[in-house]
Amino acid sequence: MALPTRSRRRLRPSAPLPIVILASAGAAFFIIPLLGLLLRTPWASAWQQLGSAEVLAALRLSLLASLSATAIALTLGVPLAWTFARLTFPGRSVLRALTVLPMVLPPVVGGVALLLAFGRRGLVGGWLATTFGVHLPFTTAGAIIAETFVAMPFLVITVEAGLRSMDTRFEDAARTLGASRWTVLWRVTLPLVRPSLIAGAVLCWARALGEFGATITFAGNFPGRTQTMPLAVYLALESNPDAAIVLSLVLLGVSLAVLIGLRDRWLGAS
Amino acid sequence: MRARVVTALLLAGIVGLASACGPSGSGSASPSGPSGAITVFAASSLNAAFTTIGADFEKSHPGTMVRFSFAGSSSLAAQIQEGALGDVFASADQPNMQKLVQAGLTAESPMVFARNDLEIVVAKGNPKHIASLADLARSGLVIVLCAPAVPCGHYAAQALQKAGVSVKPASQEADVKSVLSKVALGEADAGIVYVTDVKAAGQSVEGVAIAPALNVVAEYPIVILKDSQNRALARAFISYVHTGGRETLARYGFTNP
Repeated sequence: MALPTRSRRRLRPSAPLPIVILASAGAAFFIIPLLGLLLRTPWASAWQQLGSAEVLAALRLSLLASLSATAIALTLGVPLAWTFARLTFPGRSVLRALTVLPMVLPPVVGGVALLLAFGRRGLVGGWLATTFGVHLPFTTAGAIIAETFVAMPFLVITVEAGLRSMDTRFEDAARTLGASRWTVLWRVTLPLVRPSLIAGAVLCWARALGEFGATITFAGNFPGRTQTMPLAVYLALESNPDAAIVLSLVLLGVSLAVLIGLRDRWLGAS
Repeated sequence: MRARVVTALLLAGIVGLASACGPSGSGSASPSGPSGAITVFAASSLNAAFTTIGADFEKSHPGTMVRFSFAGSSSLAAQIQEGALGDVFASADQPNMQKLVQAGLTAESPMVFARNDLEIVVAKGNPKHIASLADLARSGLVIVLCAPAVPCGHYAAQALQKAGVSVKPASQEADVKSVLSKVALGEADAGIVYVTDVKAAGQSVEGVAIAPALNVVAEYPIVILKDSQNRALARAFISYVHTGGRETLARYGFTNP
């Protein structure tokens, strides 16, 4: 299923001076804070901080929760993106705005909203508790839900953009050749938007990994259960700023490794 | 054309920066007494009381302006250590104040101006009939405390230890307000917070007093910062907190040192 590739040679673009200056300022804006973090890192005690049981628990929980959130977001978010990209129905734009709202909502507000929905006295939470004995706040499941809530919109809009920009003639061709709708989706549509799917999943995962406000508001903070890395960093800042810096570096390192690795391998970017 | 847009953007940025910095000594000077403006870094729990005290102070000292920056004491201490400019620091605990004293960032030795007792916070009407610290250990209760790293968690642990009670909290919250909101939203049955927080929360929750023998009292020290540009006004404000502000502090639930 090869798309017509653009193989014509392009001139190396040379940038106008203002662009170079502003782009350098933009890059410096991101690099300088990182540099600040690196320069203040207490390297001598770093390994000792890293080996502590609480740090390892937070790291493990962060990976588990962010990967689970990404899995849920893929399961629910891809159908949602497909719906927004392919179907027209009344109220679509409103629904679409509502599902990406967590991107602009302060995460703490999102956490409160989740409490009002899934909390002990929440709209659905009360029913969940009395019928199934399921309590979400203060549990790892709660942390996963908070991360999914905040991170899924990134997947939805990325995949939707991919679906909108893809060449739908391939789908039409498959249909005329007798493939069922389901086969077309699995064998044509999703493979064609694979770069968007991966980019969306990576963005979603990265956002989930860094999630703080909704998690601490909805799931609380308890080591090993709901204390993810960002929460551990925040609390360490209160008592032991050195440990907080080391923790931040770990989070940064893990995220950078994944983002760089995935970009080169999957997105084919140079 | 393009160059002109860039220049305009750069200019807009410079103007924005300049206006954000602003003149620091604004306000008409009165002939006698201190004048100008000061910035007070104060612990979040002082928000309501200090806002009132600041307004009263400005009224009784015409030509002055008191600006506040409220945040957790440890965040404020960190900001000041990183070079944030201000005149007065009011902390909700001694350790954060001591950090600045040891770093040589204070102009004098700090003075305690208020105390705050701990209290158990429960839902309105106390549906779980919690009467003492010992009740917090009952099974089936959802208890939230502050994390041990923040002052309220440290104090709560001390009180529970004094009472010989071991509590398994569902969550160790990052600050008092989060403990309070978990109880107010009905997510938790009880928590340990300051008396002032229960008072400020109003209708949704109520407090259960902790026996004085088991209670732990938080001390609030205040100090002039070394880099203050207006020590006269800073001194006047601190002495006002000790005198004219006393009644306001009491109204919000603080006790006198």
